[in-house]
Amino acid sequence: MAEDSVKLLGNWVSPYSLKVKWALKLKGIQYQYVEEDLQNKSPMLLQYNPVYKKIPVLVHDDKPLAESLIILEYIDEVWKQNPLLPIDPYERAKARFWAKFVDDKCVPALMAAFSKKGEEQERAVKEAHENLKILESGLEGKRFFGGETIGFVDIAAGWIGCSVQMTGEIIGINLIDAETMPLLHSWFQDFLEIPLIKECLPPQDKLLEYIKELHTKILTAAST
Amino acid sequence: MSSSAMVTANQLIIMAELKLFRTSSSPFVLRVVWALDLKGIQYDNIFEDLSNKSSLLLQYNPIYKKVPVLVHNGKPLLESLVILEYIDEIWKQTPILPEDPSERATARFWAKFGDDKVLPSIWNAFIKQGKDQEEAIVTAQENLGCVERQLTGKKFFNGETIGLVDLAFGWLANLLSVFEEVCGVTLIDHEKFPLLLEWIQNFADAPIIKESWPPRDKLITRYQAFHEVYTSKEAPK
Repeated sequence: MAEDSVKLLGNWVSPYSLKVKWALKLKGIQYQYVEEDLQNKSPMLLQYNPVYKKIPVLVHDDKPLAESLIILEYIDEVWKQNPLLPIDPYERAKARFWAKFVDDKCVPALMAAFSKKGEEQERAVKEAHENLKILESGLEGKRFFGGETIGFVDIAAGWIGCSVQMTGEIIGINLIDAETMPLLHSWFQDFLEIPLIKECLPPQDKLLEYIKELHTKILTAAST
Repeated sequence: MSSSAMVTANQLIIMAELKLFRTSSSPFVLRVVWALDLKGIQYDNIFEDLSNKSSLLLQYNPIYKKVPVLVHNGKPLLESLVILEYIDEIWKQTPILPEDPSERATARFWAKFGDDKVLPSIWNAFIKQGKDQEEAIVTAQENLGCVERQLTGKKFFNGETIGLVDLAFGWLANLLSVFEEVCGVTLIDHEKFPLLLEWIQNFADAPIIKESWPPRDKLITRYQAFHEVYTSKEAPK
């Protein structure tokens, strides 16, 4: 069966496995999904990703691939329909740059804004705002990073939209507001409205509960 | 115009189209230098003083304000691994990435592992002292162990020829022994890391690579200075 040759090891809360799900869905690739319990990792996961022991892992014809952005590039190279990366090498370089910027700069700042308190949180929120503003400039006034349709950077960064909405509710700080980041704000709205994107999202109420519990745990651990 | 004058004029134009903002020995800069040189590409070197960055650099890389920046036909490329992929896509001779997608993914994985894990852990072992340093060395050696295993049966990470992962790890070949000498610890020995040590020699001896080799004495001076700064900040434990 076609599905047998592609397997995704993931976790329902992980934005990194969500990115891969989106890419597979966009290209209409059949695959077998394996939900990993991250507190009790399977021997299969440990065998497929001995270096990091993390999800997502994409297994194609028994060959394991790790690291979400690397998996996205692989998917794009093997399955040519609905390309994620542009054809022009300079545009490809820009896309890779922005995807890396999201992981290197936006994500750590957002994590810090979520997990810190007081002055540290204020600093993290400021940094998150600055980095998101920079990310907005990468849109270059387009509807999506990919142009009229979604591409590599949209899939790499789009999950931040959901995450920011939820964490914003929990920490009481709006990290992406329509006033200071109008283009980024409408990009997130448009991205999350796309049917295939919405279909892959984890149940939002369940996710909110999970993140609330996580937040409580983090703050408790920090104060002991 | 005579034909030799035309050739020179064309070369000037070609050179003007490609500029590399760099320092002399940054690990991230050298990988780009090596990639360009391996492919026989002509370019202008623009050396930056990182304590006094040029307005051009800040204009081309306002987000990170770092080197390397490769400017091709006026368009800036940033982030060394992104630059390497761009170079490989534009100039097809002497490819640094394999053709097979899963081999490409593997190469990208190890290049990223080098930057995300190996380099920071070795830097940590370099700047820490006492018990912190002992722990940092253990972590660095674990990471290097993963790298060692990738060389099984191969001359270079890419096989018979130098590729992306070799260029990404190139800094190991010129800096590891410098770190060891400056802070007086041995990170890799012949017993546990025979393949890595052999790779270091093969890489350092490779034609073209060795022509852009940073002079060791300058590296020692430079990293001696870094070491003094960092270890005077940390209280020994």
